[in-house]
Amino acid sequence: MNRIVDLIKKQPIWIFVLVCIVFFSVSSPYFFDLNNFSNILVQASTIGLIALGMTFVMINGNIDLSVGATVALAASLAVGLQSELGIIGAVAVGLMSGIMIGALNGIIAWKTGVDAFIVTLGAMIGVRGLVFIYTDEQSFYAYDLAYSDFGASEIFSIPVLALIFILLTIVAHLILKYTIHGRNVFAVGGNRVAAKEAGIRVGPHMLINFILVGFLAALSGILLSTQMGASTPNLGRNYELWTITAVVLGGTRLTGGFGSIIGTLGGVLAIAILRNGMNLLQVPSFYVLIILGSILIIVLFIDKRFAEQQGQGVGA
Amino acid sequence: MKALLGSFRPGSKNSELSPLQFFGKHGISVAFVLCVVIFSLATDRFLSADNFFTVVMQASIIGTIALGVTFVVIGGNLDLSVGSLLSFATVLVVDLHDKVGPGTAIILMFVFTLLIGAVNGYLIGYLRLNSLIVTLGMLSAIQGITLVYSGGKNVDISDQENTWFAFFGREEFLGIPIPALIFIVLGIALQIVLLKSGFGRKIFAIGGNGTAALFSGLRRNRLVFSTYLLSAFTTGCAALILGSRVMGSQNNVGEGYELLVLAGVILGGTSLLGGSGSIIRTVIGVLILAMIQNGLLLLGYPYYTQWLVTWVVIIVAVWLDIAAKRGKLLSTY
Repeated sequence: MNRIVDLIKKQPIWIFVLVCIVFFSVSSPYFFDLNNFSNILVQASTIGLIALGMTFVMINGNIDLSVGATVALAASLAVGLQSELGIIGAVAVGLMSGIMIGALNGIIAWKTGVDAFIVTLGAMIGVRGLVFIYTDEQSFYAYDLAYSDFGASEIFSIPVLALIFILLTIVAHLILKYTIHGRNVFAVGGNRVAAKEAGIRVGPHMLINFILVGFLAALSGILLSTQMGASTPNLGRNYELWTITAVVLGGTRLTGGFGSIIGTLGGVLAIAILRNGMNLLQVPSFYVLIILGSILIIVLFIDKRFAEQQGQGVGA
Repeated sequence: MKALLGSFRPGSKNSELSPLQFFGKHGISVAFVLCVVIFSLATDRFLSADNFFTVVMQASIIGTIALGVTFVVIGGNLDLSVGSLLSFATVLVVDLHDKVGPGTAIILMFVFTLLIGAVNGYLIGYLRLNSLIVTLGMLSAIQGITLVYSGGKNVDISDQENTWFAFFGREEFLGIPIPALIFIVLGIALQIVLLKSGFGRKIFAIGGNGTAALFSGLRRNRLVFSTYLLSAFTTGCAALILGSRVMGSQNNVGEGYELLVLAGVILGGTSLLGGSGSIIRTVIGVLILAMIQNGLLLLGYPYYTQWLVTWVVIIVAVWLDIAAKRGKLLSTY
């Protein structure tokens, strides 16, 4: 019993996920179905991949608002360059673009000391501008069907996109929990000055995290474009907000120093299950926005109450 | 000893500013003048009264919202919900226009907009929840409410020629477009409130050190609450301009405005940490962004080039500001 109470306090979002699953299973005959679950995972993977990287950035005490624009840039490059470079080459360039933007954000935040919120706010506007200039406001289509076939492919009847998401979630969890980098990310986010005094090189850790989230945003954009076989310059709009919502739902603190990949996975699944379930119940998608907004505020409220009672927040 | 005394004497601040400190202090004004000079030299259509008011017109919607948001940011909080709130208010006022008449529509629009501002203010001021997350949640919730209200359809005003509602977005007074006038008058009024009233001073106090302000007897809860009412009010004014200019509204018309507004506020040198900032500088910040847009278009660059320039300008502006306070160009970690 104590363990359950503990779980509620540590990961309130997973309780919400369970409640959602039970509720939708009872109210819709189509929900509790293996096919639907793999659907949910594929839908979750887009925001989910970015959220993995965002968890690192936010535990580190920073934030990245440029991920939505990075999604669009990587997808546009990966689809638009296919005729010249082939699929592999174009995808490589797309992934590189994410890494470059992450590195640029990281270096600026590190060297200038400007708050990451401002650095990435600028990048969000600028990178979106790059996308529109590069694409000339056009959508691109992948004429080679192998590209969109990949997005629909399955291994052992599990969608490849879902597999990639699960695999990277495990890797991210291991990095955060069991590597020196992961430990230092918590240390820097918890108290930057103390971490610096203890000899941790704050800047490089920030840089690595920004590169990580840039790469994952690019990957997410490319995988999204394989689902559609196309890219549009408006792709990924508002993704930064959805990603931050998912990460915060998962118990990661904006102030840094607290959070976990497992919590983030819960936050991502909560959003995906809610959307999927409401769709199956034929509730207009408008209501999902209201419910998600309210839940975000309620989770924040609960987290604050528990933190006040115990003098600590949501842990790993 | 003399040098030491000199550095503490209040009147001596003009004499010994290093170039870095000078830019930190006056960078935004320098950037403003630079923008005007460069664009005036590069294109002969830039420097004219007509074009000046075009720039102010373009800046008026984001600028009007930014006035209220400046108060929120000086108070040490953020407001990401203004974009959604702009959509909501515009849809509401345009839709109600044909149903209950323009006057009642405007009143109802302000009532509901302020109500949402009050919800923000209650959650952040009284429950002391993190403002970024609360307003992020409200961003999505308000967008949802707007869509539920309109049923996903766009709204417009049927008789666009014969309504005095056109006043706010389409008419002129003494040769000044009304949107520009609303922006300017509100700007001057709020600058006076910020600098000359007790309320303004208290906002600086709670943003600078909330705990200290609380212990000196300021009612922090109520003050934070009122900054959100103020940002909701200026967003309502912006909705008036937008609805009247377009005579219709899409459900997501304000999408992304929250960050453009913040870009203007930040460019104006208002610190995200709270406790410093000014309305005039926010106005200059917003005008710089609008001038970049206007100037680059006049020069024939593609529309989206302005976003790249904005990227560079925001980061360089804040960097110089921080570097001046730090006394060094690069950070130490």
